[in-house]
Amino acid sequence: MERRAFLNISGLALGTMLVPIFGNAVAADELLSPLADKFKKTLADTALNAATAAGASYCDVRIGRYLNQFITTRDLNVENVTNTESAGVGVRVICNGAYGFAATSDMSPDSVAAAARQAVAIAKANAKLQVEPVRLAPVKGVGEVKWATPIKKDWRAVPIKEKSELLIAANKAGLDGGANFMQSLMFQVNQQKYFASTDGSYIDQDIHRMWMPVYATAVDKATNKFRSRQGLSSPVGMGYEYLDARPEDKVKAAGGVCTLYKNSYDLIEDARACGRQAKEKLTAKSVVPGKYDLVLSPEHMWLTIHESVGHPTELDRVLGYEANFAGTSFATIDKWQTKKFKYGAERVNIVADKVVPGSLGAVGYDDEGVKTKRWDIIRDGILVNYQATRDQAHMIGEKESHGCSYADSWSSVQFQRMPNISLEAGQKKLTPDEMIKDVKKGIYIVGDGSFSIDQQRYNFQFGGQLFYEIKDGKIVAPLEDVAYQSNTQEFWSACSAICDERDWRMGGSFFDGKGQPSQSSTVSHGSSTTRFNGINVINTARKIG
Amino acid sequence: MKLLNSEETKRICDRVMSLSKADECSVSIAGSRTGNIRYARNNVSTAGLVEDTQLVVQVAFGKKQGTASINEFDDKSLEKVVRRAEDLARLAPENPEFVPAVRKQAFRPTDTFNAKTAAIDPEFRAQVAAYSIEASRKSKLVAAGFFTDRTAFQAIANSNGVFGHQGETGLDFTCTVRTEDGRGSGWVKRSANDVARFDAREASDVAIEKALRSADAKALEPGRYTVILEPAATSDLLGYMFGGFDARRADEGRSFLSKKGGGTRLGEKLFDEQVNIWADPWNPDVPVLPWDQRTMLPRERMALIKDGKVAALDYSLFWAKKQGVRPVGAPGNIIMAGTSKSTAELIANTKKGVLVTRTWYIRMVDPQSVLLTGLTRDGTFYIENGKIKHPIKNFRFNESPVTMLNNIDEIGKPQIIGGDESQFAMAIPPMRVRDFNFTSLSDAV
Repeated sequence: MERRAFLNISGLALGTMLVPIFGNAVAADELLSPLADKFKKTLADTALNAATAAGASYCDVRIGRYLNQFITTRDLNVENVTNTESAGVGVRVICNGAYGFAATSDMSPDSVAAAARQAVAIAKANAKLQVEPVRLAPVKGVGEVKWATPIKKDWRAVPIKEKSELLIAANKAGLDGGANFMQSLMFQVNQQKYFASTDGSYIDQDIHRMWMPVYATAVDKATNKFRSRQGLSSPVGMGYEYLDARPEDKVKAAGGVCTLYKNSYDLIEDARACGRQAKEKLTAKSVVPGKYDLVLSPEHMWLTIHESVGHPTELDRVLGYEANFAGTSFATIDKWQTKKFKYGAERVNIVADKVVPGSLGAVGYDDEGVKTKRWDIIRDGILVNYQATRDQAHMIGEKESHGCSYADSWSSVQFQRMPNISLEAGQKKLTPDEMIKDVKKGIYIVGDGSFSIDQQRYNFQFGGQLFYEIKDGKIVAPLEDVAYQSNTQEFWSACSAICDERDWRMGGSFFDGKGQPSQSSTVSHGSSTTRFNGINVINTARKIG
Repeated sequence: MKLLNSEETKRICDRVMSLSKADECSVSIAGSRTGNIRYARNNVSTAGLVEDTQLVVQVAFGKKQGTASINEFDDKSLEKVVRRAEDLARLAPENPEFVPAVRKQAFRPTDTFNAKTAAIDPEFRAQVAAYSIEASRKSKLVAAGFFTDRTAFQAIANSNGVFGHQGETGLDFTCTVRTEDGRGSGWVKRSANDVARFDAREASDVAIEKALRSADAKALEPGRYTVILEPAATSDLLGYMFGGFDARRADEGRSFLSKKGGGTRLGEKLFDEQVNIWADPWNPDVPVLPWDQRTMLPRERMALIKDGKVAALDYSLFWAKKQGVRPVGAPGNIIMAGTSKSTAELIANTKKGVLVTRTWYIRMVDPQSVLLTGLTRDGTFYIENGKIKHPIKNFRFNESPVTMLNNIDEIGKPQIIGGDESQFAMAIPPMRVRDFNFTSLSDAV
């Protein structure tokens, strides 16, 4: 579930702006020094020894230090700069076939050992209620290893002044472009995660992520109308180099309606386009409802993939563990077992991965010490697999975990979270402009907008940022008030063309919520521009009072 | 760390302010102990207890502001957090919209703390889970649920003499019960700050009954229907709408409360005249803290919608100053006037209609009209001649809460409910509403 917290932060929702504080604020100069390797290994061994001495058959320890910086701006003002840090240790054990978990922010050996013993005590208590013991798929210990997001420029070393000035310049470009109001933000994340387990692994990872959303609003007081356009950047598993825009990373959208971005982002250029297009939306034609062929850009597709394929193939949902909150799934085990369940058209191939460079999901090892990989979810339109962790692998006959366990903090217990889920590019050479030539009556949609899907992931409705009417093979005019409604299986079965790999790009979510208490994760979804024929489009314009 | 009392927090706040060399200093301390138990497939899956106390220090040099926080409370840590906030303030650019900290305020306490709720222990939580699991098993049903209780305090202070400390308790329980074949699903939610008002058996039985009654749903054509919306079906719709009562957005022309040609719709009749909604921190059903932490201003009993007219907008300190309006603490609760009628009575008075237990995954489609989309879930029924006739398949709706509050036929007795994704504590009634717009069918159960 793409959480509403995101919308509050964006300021585009009706609410006031809420900046999430994930930890304690720290000064910038303190962010760069990591915890010493020896300190972490000794602390981890303390927990492992305490847990096994107390009777645990398995134990893993996660020592985490999470550093974030958020900069928020409004028009020509910097509203807030916040640095946060959160550090501590989480210990998970299996004892008598049940899990136990405890965490502490006190990183002294005594406190960590006490947390390990507490985790064992909780496991023993839970074991009395347990019907079936936890079964972990085997993992071979990897000894002491390191992995780091391959960044070129560390956001922690870029002065706040430089970053603030960039955001203000973007807002100014948007205002010059035609917006009445601009807002831009910069989220910068560094997770220093040390994992150790009784399997013999000591895994040290240094993970970096960035996101810089920008929002333009145009107002016509005479007609009492307002419209917004948000930036088309993607949250990334990269360093600050994402903001060093390179000409070779710029892509012209179909019909040249705007510029899109692949591995780097021109914030100022896109902000200017935001301002111009927010204003254009005020006078765009209102859509006539009906059936249309939809041509969806990767900047839009990511969210449709996320909701209609990513969530329904989470194994814990399928099995009922999320029934009380996020829901269950239509993609049930019996359907998968037939090996014939048609999720979509034969050209639809969807893969899961935690390895694609630059993606939000990319890590060397997951939060259970499993080396990450790539695997099929849908092959030739057939549902072939799910997303599983160590304790779930046996339930679908797998011998090893898929490596998609994640906890959003040292203090949260790890569980199954969505890896990157992406649509493979089409095999035949095809550009978005060529794709549109075959469309008689269609709509080209760029960017993500409103989104909602039912608790079993059948019925969904999506909006977007930019809509263009396609008539007889040509983009003719901008449209407004567009949302499409469909059913997951019908929609993917209507997939009629996919552009080739030259057009493949990733979008993603910085705030994907799941679980009770809710945990937030980040995930990318790649695709090329894709066409779906005969989809139901509604007009969302309403009059009130 | 234990939950701090008034004297302890006062001492820390005074110490922090004495360490600050800035022009002004604001401090807040919030501590909580949150327990939970989670179950699914008729088994407990996780149980936990999280304790945390945070100190936030905000300082300003002229119009330059910095914020830092920490969760250690020795003298060295207090000094460190003050210096960090001061360092960030010195690095920050001047904010032209900076407003100085508020003057000393008087806060009349509200009844947010309940000792019995604070005494909830792991056995109590386990018993809650056991009730619904056992009852569900007996009926050959599958339960998944989450119970969480919270004991907390908040303290605020600033260098102009503001000081406040108050304890809070609360609990939330949600339970989803499904038939083994997955064709029926029922749900319940209960929220309270006093555990005496919570009955796990009664709550679980509601979810069980709805699960049993909702199996074998029939499809009804999408369209506009008379609906009876239980409080959990409207809480998030109202939460979204009141999130949009921001005065600045309305003045700037980017809100459904903006007026054509400029200005706001404050005072205009936008809703049915039966609609009366207000905020009141002292309300015994949904008490909230007597201040708004963001501004440190006292909350007041204030009408939000009076006889269908927009009665108040939410002003930030900056916008209130700019517009020459007296600022008040932002509301923490939403209370809607009702009658003494039960949901059953509303059903009995309905010739043809749809009963909606709850709505789900609600998102803004168009802020211009507050058009929201979402789905019904866990108990949707067809009503004919005053009786529930049969379960029906879930619908997607596209509807504005403004339109919904214009189409009210009959209102029932308010109930305490927390929104899934709304921050407001709410007491809202079930309502019978005309012409609610269902736009498509969902196969989801």
